[in-house]
Amino acid sequence: MKKKGLITLVLALYFLHQDFWFWRTPHPLLLGFIPIGLSYHVCYSIAVALAMGLFVKYAWPSHLEEKVGRKESWEE
Amino acid sequence: MIPAVIVLLYLATVFYIGIFAFRKSASHQGAEDYFLASRSLGPFVFLLSLFGTNMTAFTILGSSGHAFTNGIVTYGLMASSSALIIPLTLFLIGTRLWALGKRYGFITPVQLFRDRWECGHIGTVIFAVQAALLVPYIIIGVMGGGTTLNTISGGWVPYWFGGALVALVVMSYVFFGGMRGTAWVNTFQAVLFLCFGAVAFAIIGTGMGGFRQSVESMLSSSDGAALLTRQRVSFLFFLSYTFIPLSSIAFPHICIFCLTARRIGQFKRTVILYPILIMVIWFPCVFLGVMGNRASDIPQIQEKLQARETLMKQGDNLTPQERRQLSEKAGGDDVILLLLERYAPFWLTGMLGAGIMAAVMASDSQILALSTMFTEDVFAYYGGKARFGDTAQVQTGRVFVIVVTLFAYLIALEAPETIFSLAVQYAFTGYAALSPLLVAALFWKRSTKWGALASTVWVAVAVAGIATIQSAIPPPAPGPKAETVVWSLLGWELFTRTPTGTAVLGLMPVVPLTLISALLMVAVSGLTSKPSDATLGRYFPEERSVAAR
Repeated sequence: MKKKGLITLVLALYFLHQDFWFWRTPHPLLLGFIPIGLSYHVCYSIAVALAMGLFVKYAWPSHLEEKVGRKESWEE
Repeated sequence: MIPAVIVLLYLATVFYIGIFAFRKSASHQGAEDYFLASRSLGPFVFLLSLFGTNMTAFTILGSSGHAFTNGIVTYGLMASSSALIIPLTLFLIGTRLWALGKRYGFITPVQLFRDRWECGHIGTVIFAVQAALLVPYIIIGVMGGGTTLNTISGGWVPYWFGGALVALVVMSYVFFGGMRGTAWVNTFQAVLFLCFGAVAFAIIGTGMGGFRQSVESMLSSSDGAALLTRQRVSFLFFLSYTFIPLSSIAFPHICIFCLTARRIGQFKRTVILYPILIMVIWFPCVFLGVMGNRASDIPQIQEKLQARETLMKQGDNLTPQERRQLSEKAGGDDVILLLLERYAPFWLTGMLGAGIMAAVMASDSQILALSTMFTEDVFAYYGGKARFGDTAQVQTGRVFVIVVTLFAYLIALEAPETIFSLAVQYAFTGYAALSPLLVAALFWKRSTKWGALASTVWVAVAVAGIATIQSAIPPPAPGPKAETVVWSLLGWELFTRTPTGTAVLGLMPVVPLTLISALLMVAVSGLTSKPSDATLGRYFPEERSVAAR
């Protein structure tokens, strides 16, 4: 369930990245000078950081650290 | 002159950091220390050096230059797509690379491939293709160094000398400091260019009398207004650009950097903060690049705008040679430097120039990675380490650093392409198309060495094909429907030459290259025998234990 939720989140973020709804308009201007096509993507970057926080909290591969406790040589 | 002196002081500082790292590592003489800093980087250095490694000349000079010509779309194209894809690949692939490297002692991705797929010479083929694709990326660093010093000094430092000086400094601290020196310099540089964005934004904004006025003025003309939207690129182009950041994790220097963390927990902060750091540096660069169009009081920018206008209006009537000359003249790679020169005080131009230089010099990691790959995947693999010892291996790596840097410098003197297109068309596209190798090695048990070979050969042939077509067919003049059809079938324009590159069914070549690479990996692996159970058991222990139960 958790895995499905996180995959859905990635797909949603990928879709939101395309933002064809603001393709041809500079309006509204954030702070009076930043076109919407740019301010949208700045906010998008912040949203991705928050999503990454969720990944780290709910899907961190902690089992990988346990595995490295025992070091082997690949050349052997 | 003063800004150039400040940049020279900056170069001296990073050189000293490299020497300091060399002294620090004097007690550890092994290959793992030189190439991986003994897998001991702490959280702060790991985050900033990894970020700094990904931010190159392309980030500041290329992004602002691209935005100057194409508008705000540059941020969505590269920055926010990287903000999603790069942390995600670090989370999924980087952590696994780290764990395998720590467990089995891998130093390069080819070592992992050789072990995972039980192959020898196929690994050498992968090395050769990776190395060939990495060189253009190194070249843009040298080109950026030459451009920066030339512009900041007002032409006093010639391009060839600026490039040579940057190449020499980078070569020196990589030669002496290895991974430790490179990571420390990258950390210092990352801090500098993170500060650069905010300061440049404030200074240039004030100098231009505030951005509101400039934006309003741009909105009043149709050409200017178009730069404040995304209409300069097609939706398919924008969509296909999201494949480009897949290249990041496939770049050997990023793979190798993933192995330097002391603990896996250090990836946590990197994954979360990466999108924010991207925003901090890309937003000012893109915005200032667009605003450069309003700085027509700067003679060089006025010339660029005139060249662009001539290209748009009379492009169809010009010869390919004339179009190429005008395209180079209209290129915006030095726009941000020209804005600084015009609006920032002398001393601050130097400080900000050093910040730009910091990004430009991120090619150090690629040089070190190429040297690491050569010594580990070729020299050590074919018996050099066993015969001559660990110390000779490190010395070979150092000699290779010199050879690679000289080679990159000589090409940079002749390369005609702008920084941005050169990097994207060859290095980024090629590495994105190689990313299925990593995914298959780490996540798909059934993948085989023959599948890996098929993908690799495909990428090499396809990238060489694109390069050949682009050099053989001159680009058409820019315009609303500027395309030369190279190959059409049943009314479909399969392959077209565009003003900045090539397109396959309207998509960037990176899409078909990556998809076919993945398809070949699946198809050829399905037809050939998988690695032994013993090897698979080491890579997929959970599945084995589940099956046993």
